[in-house]
Amino acid sequence: MILQITTTKPNARQLGYLLGKHPDRVQEKSLSFGKAHIFFPEANENRCSAVLLLDIDAVTLSRQQKRNYADSFQLGHYVNDRPYVASSFLSTAIAKVFGSALNGNCKHDPALVEQPLPLEITISAVPVRGGLSFLKQIFEPLSYKVDAQSTVLDEQFPEWGLSPYFELKLQNTLPLRDVLRHLYVLIPVMDVNKHYYIDEQEIEKLLAKGKGWLENHPSLKQITNRYFKRRQSLLRKALNSILSENNDADCSKDVKEETLEQKLSLHEQRHEKVVTILKQRKVSSVLDLGCSSGKLLHRLLKESSFQKITGMDISLRTLEIAKRRLNWDSMTPKKRERIELLHGSLTYRDKRLEAYDAAVAVEVIEHFDLPRLSAFEQSLFRYTRSKTIIITTPNREYNVLFENLDPEKLRHNDHRFEWTREEFENWSKRVASDYGYQFYIVPIGPEDEEYGAPSQMAVFTR
Amino acid sequence: MKIEIPELCLVMMMGSSSSGKSTFANRHFKSTEIISSDACRAMVADHENVRDANDATFEVVHLIAEKRLERGLLTVVDATNLQPEGRKSLVSLARKYHVFPILIGLNLPEPLIQERNATGRQLLARVIRHHHRQAKHSFRKLKKEGIRKWYELDTLEKVEKATILRRPAWNNKKEEQGPFDIIGDVHGCFAELRALLEKLGYKVTKHRNRERNYGYTVLPPKGRKAVFVGDLVDRGPASNEVLRLVMSMQKAGNALCVAGNHDAKLLKKLNGKNVQVKHGLAETLEQLAIEPASFIEEVKKFLSGLVSHYMLDGGRLVIAHAGLREDMQGRMSSTVRSFCLYGETTGEIDEFGLPVRYQWAEDYQGEAMVAYGHTPVPEASWLNNTIDLDTGCVFGGKLTAMRYPERELCSIAAKKVYKEPSRPIVPMQIEPGSEPMLSLQDFMGRHTINTRLRPNIVVKEAHNHAALETMSRFAVNPRWLIYLPPTMSPSETSTQEGYLEHPLEAFRYFSQQGVKEVICEEKHMGSRAIVVIGKNEAAIEKRFAITNEGIGVIYTRTGRPFFDDKNMEQALLYRLKEAISNANLWQELDTDWILFDCELMPWSAKAQQLLKNQYAAVGAAGSLALNTVEQVLAKAEKRGLTVKELSNAYRAKHEQVHQFRNAYRQYCWEVQSLEDYRLAPFHILASEGQVHADKTHNWHMDRIEALCDQDNILLATDYKTVQLDDTNAIQEAVNWWTALTEKGGEGMVIKPANFIQQSEKGLVQPAVKCRGREYLRIIYGPEYTQEDKLKQLRKRGLSHKRSMAIREFALGIEGLERFVRYDAFSKVHQCVLAVLAMESEPVDPRL
Repeated sequence: MILQITTTKPNARQLGYLLGKHPDRVQEKSLSFGKAHIFFPEANENRCSAVLLLDIDAVTLSRQQKRNYADSFQLGHYVNDRPYVASSFLSTAIAKVFGSALNGNCKHDPALVEQPLPLEITISAVPVRGGLSFLKQIFEPLSYKVDAQSTVLDEQFPEWGLSPYFELKLQNTLPLRDVLRHLYVLIPVMDVNKHYYIDEQEIEKLLAKGKGWLENHPSLKQITNRYFKRRQSLLRKALNSILSENNDADCSKDVKEETLEQKLSLHEQRHEKVVTILKQRKVSSVLDLGCSSGKLLHRLLKESSFQKITGMDISLRTLEIAKRRLNWDSMTPKKRERIELLHGSLTYRDKRLEAYDAAVAVEVIEHFDLPRLSAFEQSLFRYTRSKTIIITTPNREYNVLFENLDPEKLRHNDHRFEWTREEFENWSKRVASDYGYQFYIVPIGPEDEEYGAPSQMAVFTR
Repeated sequence: MKIEIPELCLVMMMGSSSSGKSTFANRHFKSTEIISSDACRAMVADHENVRDANDATFEVVHLIAEKRLERGLLTVVDATNLQPEGRKSLVSLARKYHVFPILIGLNLPEPLIQERNATGRQLLARVIRHHHRQAKHSFRKLKKEGIRKWYELDTLEKVEKATILRRPAWNNKKEEQGPFDIIGDVHGCFAELRALLEKLGYKVTKHRNRERNYGYTVLPPKGRKAVFVGDLVDRGPASNEVLRLVMSMQKAGNALCVAGNHDAKLLKKLNGKNVQVKHGLAETLEQLAIEPASFIEEVKKFLSGLVSHYMLDGGRLVIAHAGLREDMQGRMSSTVRSFCLYGETTGEIDEFGLPVRYQWAEDYQGEAMVAYGHTPVPEASWLNNTIDLDTGCVFGGKLTAMRYPERELCSIAAKKVYKEPSRPIVPMQIEPGSEPMLSLQDFMGRHTINTRLRPNIVVKEAHNHAALETMSRFAVNPRWLIYLPPTMSPSETSTQEGYLEHPLEAFRYFSQQGVKEVICEEKHMGSRAIVVIGKNEAAIEKRFAITNEGIGVIYTRTGRPFFDDKNMEQALLYRLKEAISNANLWQELDTDWILFDCELMPWSAKAQQLLKNQYAAVGAAGSLALNTVEQVLAKAEKRGLTVKELSNAYRAKHEQVHQFRNAYRQYCWEVQSLEDYRLAPFHILASEGQVHADKTHNWHMDRIEALCDQDNILLATDYKTVQLDDTNAIQEAVNWWTALTEKGGEGMVIKPANFIQQSEKGLVQPAVKCRGREYLRIIYGPEYTQEDKLKQLRKRGLSHKRSMAIREFALGIEGLERFVRYDAFSKVHQCVLAVLAMESEPVDPRL
């Protein structure tokens, strides 16, 4: 909510010229989301300091956003940190209030624009995802001295730990224009949020404000990713534009994407195994239970021996995504005849599922609370009763081999449990005997001598 | 000619084109009852005479007929119906829905038809000739095709003078409203029957003159009527006397009786048919041998008059010997009769060489209560709104009656074992874990739920989908979920300076609704918790069909488990169980399970994430930033800038953030052990056989106070009753609220003194909350008390929230009522899911 820019250059009051504001006046500017106050708490020739103070009206803000109906009902809109933090509102305010300085104009003394000044910047409160180390990661390559003070969430409840908010102090000697550009881009990057809808125009803004420093920044990709709130399509376009102007930039994929790819291939391995077994069993109709966005369905469609393929999921939204991924509306009639998507739940009996040769549940069971798993068992083994049932689930033992995973934690937020090989085998044994099936278990993915493979699959037949 | 048809049947018109079928049908039936093939053909093909549209036309005709018959509506198919194939498919449709197929054929002289055709439709003359010949020949084939009853109208006069008489089905006694005493299989146990009738308050007089009234006169208690589920005879010591008694009661209009398989078999034997004299028929024949021939004739008349089943009390009660599926109720066909008499078997033979019976009651989901017998069980017990009253008296068990509508059971133990059962009598038990699963098809899509408190509550498809997802992914075992609480609306917005909500508005609302007395209950700031608790695990298994999940459960308002730690939950439930025992509540309510509506503290126990990410975070950000702002403004002021106003404004903001932090801190404390929790029950919602919504809130509060005295982990709720015409009492309540909320309390809930309160306009809000000024900071943000902000906030609409509250309340009570009267569990689940669906309607969450 507050940005303070201080310079200790000789003739420090020239800061007023640069910013286009008189140091002895208190000014106010109306903005769409509230007001900005501009004043100079210090203004002598040795030290001059300008303040941009925002007054954001949360209530008006949320009432204005009625268009976005569901969103405006978020409880958070009234009880909101936005009025108190430095966020994209502050970037917008910088552009509106210090526009000429940001664009490198100075009516009074154009020579000042390019002149490096000793500057101190204070911003409060800054929400930072990634904490102090992230602050250093983005500001130090631009040769800032970073000093950030963190706070606790609530001093009465020390057990709640630290808050994500900092009072950030930066020091550097640079032209003011450059500093403002850094701030304009990096304030929303720290917070990974924006108060307005982002579209292609956002790329133009980034190209303009990032010119000359962003393309060589070692964290270019992460900054850009956060700047677009992790919207991949915009990120890709922006990176192409930035990098095409600068061929020296590092084009290698970052670590995150690599891990993503590894996961993808594990997922593909599961699907390949499933398809192989289904073909061995000479299955012609298949149920994909918990089909999610339809990757396995897509794979199954490629095999003409599967004449009836049905995907089911509990989430309507996910099914919509699956439809899009499968090009549902432009599918050829022959293909369309073979596939069906159903909204349904595996904790109920569902008559629609009762005449399939095979049912597959890839990485599904771990999303049930353990006491509810018996409902899934019944629904699948007692009622659906396909001749072939394939179930895959993570192997918990393997988790120790994931570098980025806390060994106490599970692989996904919504995983209610993960099983060791023994636990999975015991469960499979019990289910097979309760419902009259035979079963065998297959490991999926590279096998470790001690911990086994990352994923495991049980094939039930009767 | 008088054409007599049952009120529900499938009528086929038959006759040549232009023979006057449509005119006839339109004269005698409602236009909505007639499906005209001409009209259907026009609909599918734009013209009445397009021949190649025949298949499509009849597909439509059949579809409409099917939908109507499924609903139990008389249906007339107005087509030529001259082809045997066409008629046969209609007959099989009638069979499928267990209704009589009836045919009315017009067979007028050909010249007359030719003449009509010439001025009308103008088909070729040979077509008409062909039709006419077909019609003439068809009548001979009808019987073979399975058409029981047909009428041939072969003169214009007959057509003109024909009248149609609709007679009610034999089984339709819907106008009989009871009360009834429904008595299980007697099997000749005369002494026990007499004793049971006397226990039920009937006066039985035996006449010396055995001719008089079949030898008995029975005087029932005022207005009551006995209903027998059949199998009066065989095996027992005095089937003849049982027949005399029941026949006398029926003659006097004091009893109804449906046919049992033994009764039917006896009739066959008496009619000279060849039947095997087994299963106790020999005893009956022996006992009847001493009776005069005239009585035997009466017995034959009585037995042949017994119908397969009765629909009583407006269709709410069904009596059938072996029970009856919903789709057969009120229908007539040999299939229905056979189901009523013998039930259905699975085709398997059990270890005693007897056919295994299909447990139709397990899947029963009908609205009507079904009382039946046929299969002996040790105890009459409810299953899906059905009850088997055959408690094996003749096998040494007892003779049982169920009083309707009271649902009370009354029985007399057998004097001796008259007959050893051929297989042991076991309860109709469902293997644990093998009870039928809830079927998704019963809950999908848009549907309407009729509740006692409010008819036709619509559940929209999109909301329903969201509810199914929540239920499947997050909820506890659905068998626990017999109730979800309704949302609660705040009081109307106050215009008093500095306030958004104030008790006066709530009092005004209830006054306007004609409520005389309200109760104000302190609102605890914790999390809503619904508690199901049983005396022990066995009680839970028996009533909820849940095993190995403890003595109860605590779940949130959306059906999620309240505790991640199951042991903590059970420990808390054990404390509650002890308190219930010590307060004698099990005995008082005559139950071994109870459902409570509670608030569980502290708030921070459940809402930890929300608190940290939302409330504490906003407070931390505000304090941090405003500290800096104040310092900077002080500097500016010191150097003489005119920032006085700005300083004041931001100092106020700082103070409000401080107040905001204090507001939420009130409701947080660290939880390290069970002792740190507080459970505050405020409704005793239901227990075995009862929904306690018929009691006043004072009744609830009294019992809860006694309960909370037993254990300090339980927190009694402070309350005050207020007469709304007493201004002093109102002022006192306002003062109480002010004191509570200024101490940091959340506020209070104001309810009509009665749990369920109706006004002229319908249901009154069951509760209205009135939240404190400081508490609302955590809802509306730290700065909401500034008058300019209040002005904006006062523009809030309550009507949607209130409508939701009423609908959810009605659904909640309905679900419980269904549960306590042992409706099919799917009927309970439907209500619970509907509440969850309502909760996904978008509504301002700050209300």
